[in-house]
Amino acid sequence: MNQFKIVLRLAWRNLWRNHRRTLIMIAAIVIGAWSMIFMTALMRGMVDDMIADGISVLPGHVQIHHPDYRDDPTIANVIAPPTGELLEALDGPGVVAWATRVRVPAVISSERDTRGVTLIGIEPERERDISFVAGDIAEGDFLSSRDDRGLIVGRKLVEKLETGLGKRVVIMSQDQDNEIADRGFRIVGIFESKLAQYEEGFVFAGEGTIQELLGVGDAISEVAILGSDYRDIEDLYRSIEAAAGDGVEVLPWNEIDTYLGSMLAMMDGFVIVFIVVVFLALSFGLVNTLVMAVFERVREIGLMLALGMTPRSILSQIVTESVLLLTIGLAIGNLAAIATIEPIKGGIDVSIVGEGMEMMGASSVLYPALYLKDIVMANVIVIVLGFFASLSPAWRASKYDPIRAITKV
Amino acid sequence: MTNITFKLAWRNLWRRKRRTWLTVGAMVFSNIILVFLISMQLGMYAMMIENTLRAQTGHLQIQAPGYKDDLKMRQVVPEISALVAGIRQELDSDEVAARASAFALVSSAERSYGLMISGVEPEYEARVSSLPGLITEGRFLGDSMAEEIVVGSVLARNLRAGVGDELTIIGSGRDGSFAAAVVTVVGTFESGAPDMDRSFAEVPLGFFQDTFYMDGAGHSVVIMSPTLIGVGALKTRVEGLLPADEDLVVHDWDALLPGLKQSIQADFVSAWFMYGILIVLVAFSVLNTQLMSVLERTKEFGITLSLGVTPGRLGRLVLLESSLMGAIGLILGMIFGGALVFWLGQIGFTYPGLEEMAGKFNLPGRIYPQFSAVGLLTGPVILLLASMAASIYPALRIHWLEPVAAMRAAE
Repeated sequence: MNQFKIVLRLAWRNLWRNHRRTLIMIAAIVIGAWSMIFMTALMRGMVDDMIADGISVLPGHVQIHHPDYRDDPTIANVIAPPTGELLEALDGPGVVAWATRVRVPAVISSERDTRGVTLIGIEPERERDISFVAGDIAEGDFLSSRDDRGLIVGRKLVEKLETGLGKRVVIMSQDQDNEIADRGFRIVGIFESKLAQYEEGFVFAGEGTIQELLGVGDAISEVAILGSDYRDIEDLYRSIEAAAGDGVEVLPWNEIDTYLGSMLAMMDGFVIVFIVVVFLALSFGLVNTLVMAVFERVREIGLMLALGMTPRSILSQIVTESVLLLTIGLAIGNLAAIATIEPIKGGIDVSIVGEGMEMMGASSVLYPALYLKDIVMANVIVIVLGFFASLSPAWRASKYDPIRAITKV
Repeated sequence: MTNITFKLAWRNLWRRKRRTWLTVGAMVFSNIILVFLISMQLGMYAMMIENTLRAQTGHLQIQAPGYKDDLKMRQVVPEISALVAGIRQELDSDEVAARASAFALVSSAERSYGLMISGVEPEYEARVSSLPGLITEGRFLGDSMAEEIVVGSVLARNLRAGVGDELTIIGSGRDGSFAAAVVTVVGTFESGAPDMDRSFAEVPLGFFQDTFYMDGAGHSVVIMSPTLIGVGALKTRVEGLLPADEDLVVHDWDALLPGLKQSIQADFVSAWFMYGILIVLVAFSVLNTQLMSVLERTKEFGITLSLGVTPGRLGRLVLLESSLMGAIGLILGMIFGGALVFWLGQIGFTYPGLEEMAGKFNLPGRIYPQFSAVGLLTGPVILLLASMAASIYPALRIHWLEPVAAMRAAE
């Protein structure tokens, strides 16, 4: 313990013998550490936002469908509403909210124009808890019951159809006998979404009204289930799948939307690659600094060896110097990263490239997300790899022949 | 004289081999990464633009004002056939085609879907769009008046219809009246973009105009430019060709698909953030190396100064040393990076999850980095300049040296 104290003190003093070099190296480490954490937080924020948006529209962390529904999303592929064991599982622990929907392709016409949309029949009371519609109604009201005869339409679609709140539109779709079913609806609410494509692509009506229109009795297209955390859905998925039985397909969100799923899966790998690349660029400088520090102290190291200091203490002294350097750099770098992220937590406006972000599925305001695990990962990677990088110069120093080292000019 | 400075700089570099190689190593490492990533970005952007524009949009479109945002049936380009023929002649190019489009309910015996139907000129569509070349079953449209339709493969499957089956189209015409027709499926296409394969269909333009009461009008004239760079000039030229009495506008691809350019910009900016970090880190490495090398030569510099060598010349020596290191880093980085890019350019590059992401931007699951001068040079040259900038401070320090004091400095 005492020896370690001496090693630590020696290492510390050695660092500041050439303060310029040390400061430059620390500055490099600070920039490296700052960029690792800052960049990671930005990327995490973007992906989190995309997934949160994606799930709120999808929506639900786990969904139950007819096995053919995803390939052929029509009214032909419907399932019975949940009963018995499944209903128990849905009302059980782990499920935050759930709702059933009828979801079919449809055509909407105003007196001015016609558009293709996805018509979603919802249970308003239940839907309030999972999907985005209830909270995003900008004008008018949300549906009051599953038999409500009103229609909720996105702002963009309203503009394109040149219609408005309280106006009538006609919805056409196909019933189970392959006949065209159509019906007039009054627009009772207009919603706004961060992503324009949702405003244009989805219209919402009462589930009962749609079932009646399409003549499907009480059959539904899907059950959407919301758990507590989208990152941790394995248990929820398993329990629902077990309870749902055969004849239906139960899928977690990352398999329903493979784009979002692969984004999330790739993020962890990408963060590590980024951190390692930055570290490698940094490591050349680190090793260089240590090599120089050893080289200019050859005589001194030789003397210490001649006086009886073990090669091991020399090795640990050099490694300690390196770890000290890294620790100081990391500490400042972490603080700097947190200090730069904190003021922009409320979001950075990147609407200059807003439509491009939308193409990627992200919104035009970026909210950096600082995760403890990313900070820990960056620091651990740097310290561990830095330790190994400093072994080689330290090893060389400990292997000096004392006599030759002392006499070296 | 210069020769001596060069020789000195070169020898000075190799006095401390390990240090020089470590600094050069940092440069080579960063250069390889820069060359690889920039070439990959360039390859990806070129493919994104090409694939997306070739799919439907084209480089330029002539439309009625407002049509691109509203897509309303009545926002038409009147007498479109005459206009297109005139432009073809003026530009002496076949890569010009007229289109019209409408939302309609398409029904097979079993299923109905609401979707966008385009009327296209069968003989010219292949010149402006990749779609006719993507027919996997049957053939593309033939005669301009034929009652034929080609649909996306997913749509065909969803409709439960194949080549030879009849579909009914129900929509509203240009004047808002009821429009309906029966067409025969002659082909299905597979573009690889799920949205397109699920919700897109094309019929011949003449037939479209009859069915939707277009009265000789269409909605857009699509024009391809031989090169992406020439789009701006072509736009000006086409604008001059528009009939003066009609209210028409020319949009370039950037206006038609603002998301495309912006997603490239967003990607570009975030990538340069990372490149910037790499470059700054290497610059610090150079700064450290050169500062150390100047400090340890204090005595030597003191002697040379008192022998009459000007501080400016010594400063240039230090700068030259950094430039030499930078040049070695640049050459090695370009050789290794170039080899990597060239190799991947042949076999393509992929990683798990790329395919799902790439599909969103009309890209295939494999990316072929672009082997180009821009991709090879941009990163390494900036890095070289940054290294030289980093050695300005060590070089300036020489000016502050006091020859006598410097000579007495401890080794």
